[in-house]
Amino acid sequence: MPGRVEGKVAFVTGAARGQGRSHALRLAQEGADIIAVDLTGQIDTVPYAMSTPEDLDETVRQVEALDRRIVATQADVRDFDALKGALDAGVAQLGKLDIVSANAGIFSFGTLDELTEEQWNDMLAVNLTGVWHTVKAAIPHLKANGGGSMILTSSTAGLLAIPNIGHYVAAKHGVVGVMKTAALELAPFNIRVNSVHPTSVNTDMIQNSAAYELFAPDLTPEQRTKEALAPRFQTLNVLPIPWVEPVDISNAVLWLASDESRYVTGLEVRVDAGQLLK
Amino acid sequence: MAGRVEGKVAFVTGAARGQGRSHALRLAQEGADIIAVDICESIPSIERYYPGSTQADLDETVRQIEALDRRVVARKADVRDFDALKSALDEGVAELGHVDVVAANAGVFAFGDKTHEVSDADWQDVIDINQTGVWHTAKAVIPHLIEQGTGGSMILTSSTAGLKGTPNVAAYTASKHAVVGIMRTLALELAPYRIRVNTVHPTGVATDMILNEAAFKLFLPDVEHPTKEQAAEVFASTNALPIPWVEPVDISNAVLFLASDEARYVTGTELKVDAGYTIK
Amino acid sequence: MAGRVEGKVAFITGAARGQGRSHAIRLAQEGADIIAVDIAEDIPYNVHSGATEADLAETVRQVEALDRRIVASKVDVRDFPALKAAVDDGVAQLGRLDIVSANAGVGGTPQLAEEFPEDQWQTMIDINLSGVWHAAKAAIPHLKAGGRGGSIILTSSEAGIRGYANMAHYVSAKHGVVGLMRSLAMELAPYSIRVNSIHPTQVNTDMIQNSAIYDLFTGKQGSTKEEFAAASQAVIALPIPWVEPVDISNAVLWLASDEARFVTGVPLPVDGGNYLI
Repeated sequence: MPGRVEGKVAFVTGAARGQGRSHALRLAQEGADIIAVDLTGQIDTVPYAMSTPEDLDETVRQVEALDRRIVATQADVRDFDALKGALDAGVAQLGKLDIVSANAGIFSFGTLDELTEEQWNDMLAVNLTGVWHTVKAAIPHLKANGGGSMILTSSTAGLLAIPNIGHYVAAKHGVVGVMKTAALELAPFNIRVNSVHPTSVNTDMIQNSAAYELFAPDLTPEQRTKEALAPRFQTLNVLPIPWVEPVDISNAVLWLASDESRYVTGLEVRVDAGQLLK
Repeated sequence: MAGRVEGKVAFVTGAARGQGRSHALRLAQEGADIIAVDICESIPSIERYYPGSTQADLDETVRQIEALDRRVVARKADVRDFDALKSALDEGVAELGHVDVVAANAGVFAFGDKTHEVSDADWQDVIDINQTGVWHTAKAVIPHLIEQGTGGSMILTSSTAGLKGTPNVAAYTASKHAVVGIMRTLALELAPYRIRVNTVHPTGVATDMILNEAAFKLFLPDVEHPTKEQAAEVFASTNALPIPWVEPVDISNAVLFLASDEARYVTGTELKVDAGYTIK
Repeated sequence: MAGRVEGKVAFITGAARGQGRSHAIRLAQEGADIIAVDIAEDIPYNVHSGATEADLAETVRQVEALDRRIVASKVDVRDFPALKAAVDDGVAQLGRLDIVSANAGVGGTPQLAEEFPEDQWQTMIDINLSGVWHAAKAAIPHLKAGGRGGSIILTSSEAGIRGYANMAHYVSAKHGVVGLMRSLAMELAPYSIRVNSIHPTQVNTDMIQNSAIYDLFTGKQGSTKEEFAAASQAVIALPIPWVEPVDISNAVLWLASDEARFVTGVPLPVDGGNYLI
C-alpha cells in the first residue's frame, strides 16, 4: 500500500531534533523525501542548549534508514537568502516541493516588563519572521508544483496567553496571522495553509532547567526532576497527561500534508490535550 | 499493515447515505466494525427540500461494509427517540463486543425563511434532530465508553454554520452552534476517562442535502429553475479554494483522523473541512 | 457632572492625528489629562504620509481648549528609551498614570506575502507589534506604582482577527497584538490593571483614504473614493462603508473608564459586523 504522502517532497525547518525531526521521519515513513534545515547552533537569549550538527546528521541517518532521500543544510531561518538557497538546492536535487513544515522555533522566558530588547527581538526574528521567510521561500516552488500544503507550527500560546512568555505568545499569535493571510492569497493556486497548535511537547524545549524553574519556582533545583514537574505541566491540560509526544504533532502534520485533507485550509489545528477548553 | 482504526467499533448515526454512509465505509476500510442507525423515513417538514433516506439506502450501506469483510449491525432508529436509539446501540455493542468511536452525524437542513417567519413546528424538528439527537447519541454511548475504561473518540458533526451566522437558516445555524456547546462540555466532562470529543465543520458537501433545487434557489433566488452548474459557480464563490463543494469522503478522512489513535491527544477542537469558507 | 474618566491621566501613542487624536480629545472631554506622543514624521513604506509636528500641535491645542492638561512629545515607538523618557516626564508633570492607549501604527504597502522586502516586513513588525509592547513596557511601572489599577487598550484591527490577502505583515503584527494583550492581561490582573484590545474595521482616516487602499479593496487601478466605499461596505454587515475615529474612541473610553472595571482580556470588535461576514 502506498504511503499517505508517497512521492511528495517536504521541506522541514528545525529538523535536527525534537518536533522537526519527528515530522521529517513521520513524513518519510509515509513515502516523502525531505529537505531539512536547522540552525544547529546557539542563540544567546535561549536558556537551553540548542541543536548541533550531530543532531542534524542523526536526522539524515534516520530518514535514509527509511530508504527515503534527504537533503540537509545548516541554515538560519532569520537569514532569508541562506534559507532560500537551501530550499532551492533541495528542490533542484529532489525535483519539486509539495509540503512545508515551518517548525523552527525557540523559547525563552520573562515577564513583559522584564524582557530585554534582545530577548524580544530574537523571539520575533525566529518564531515569526522565520516562519514568514519559510513561507516566502517556498511559495514559488509550490506554485510551480501546481499546489501543496504548508503547515505552520504555532502553539496553544498562539491562541491564548501563558504568563512569563509574552514575546512567545505575541510571535505565535503572529504566526496565525501569516497562516490566514497565506491561506487566502494561495487558495487560488490550490496551496493550502494551516497551523498546528501543540500543548507542551516532550522535547528539550520544555525538558530543561530554565523551563522547570518557570513551572516550579518554589522547588529547589535539585527537587526539579521530570517526575516532579509532570503534575505541574498536567495542570495545563484537560486530558490526564503532562505533555504530548512529538509524534502526536507529526500525525497532525501528516494529515494536513496528505491529500486526505485536500479541502482543509485556513485552520488552527490544536493538538493540545484540551488545553484551550480550560 | 493494520488499518488505522483496526479492531475498533464505530457507532454512526444517519448512516443510510451521504456523509454517514461515507464515514461508515471509510472507518470499515481502516478496520472498524460498524453500528449503523438511520431514521430511514422522510420527515414531513424536510420533505419539501429533499426526500428522506430509505431502508433500501441503509441496506446498501450494510452491503458495502460487508463487502469490505467487516461486521455491521444496522437498525432503523430515530435520534429523537432516545429509547430506540439506545436499544439499537446496546444491541450493536452486545453483538460486536464494545464501542470505541462515535460519529454523531444524523442531521437535517431546513432553510429559506427569515428567522421571524419560521414556524414552530419547522424550528422544533431541526432542533430535535440536529441538537437533541446529538445529545441523545452521546447520552446513549457514554455509559458504554466509561464502563469499558479504554477511552474513546466522539466526533460530532457540526457545520460552518456552527461557527458563523448564515442568513435565512436560523434553526439549522442555532442547532449547529449548539453542537459546539455540547462538544465543549463533553470534552471537559470526559477527559478524565480519556474519551475525546471533537466537532467537524464541513462547508457544502456534495450530497442530497444541498444538491437539490430548493438549496440552489437559496443561493440563486432570482433564477426559476437553477441548474447544478449555475449553483456550483455561486457555491464556489463562498469557498477560498477553487471548488464548489467537497465530497463526503473529505469529511470522512477528518473523522478517521479524529477516530484514530493518531489524534490521541486531540480533544475539544472544532475541526473545519471547509475549503477556506470561514476565512473568507 | 463629573466626566467618565475624570481626574485620570491617559498615555496615547500616535496622538498627532486620526484615531490617536480622537482618543486624546474624547478622553479629555470626559475629564482626563493626556500624555501624547507621535513620531510626527514620514515613515518609509507606507501608502499614507506621516503625521507632522503641526498635527501634534493641533492635538495639543484641541485638548487645551477643553481645559485639560497635555504633555506632548515627538517620539518614535520603536525607540524604547525615548518613549520611556516621554512617559516618565509626562507622569512627573501630571502626577499619575491610569490609562494607556497603544494606538500608534502604520498601514504599510499592500503586497503578496512572498514579495515583501525584508525591511518593509521588519518596519511593520517593529512599529505595529514591538512598538505596542514598548508602550506597555514603559507604562507598567507607573501603573503598578499608582496602586489604583489601570486600563491598557491596545489597538489591533479586524486584521487581528482574520486574514486579508496582500497584508501578511500587517495581519501578523495585529494578530501578535492580541497575543500581547492576552499575556499582559494575565500578568497584570493581580494589580487590577486591565488589558483589552480593540479591533476596528475600516476607519475614516488617512490610513485608508488613499488610492493604494482604494485599489486594494476594489481590485482595480485608479479607483475612486465612491468605488472604495461600495467595496468596503460589502464586507461590513451594517449599511456603512467605514466607521469614524470617534466610534473607536467611544470604545476606548468605555474600556478606560471604571464602567468596564471587570473587563479584561477581551478583543473588542468595533466593526459594523465585519467579522460576521
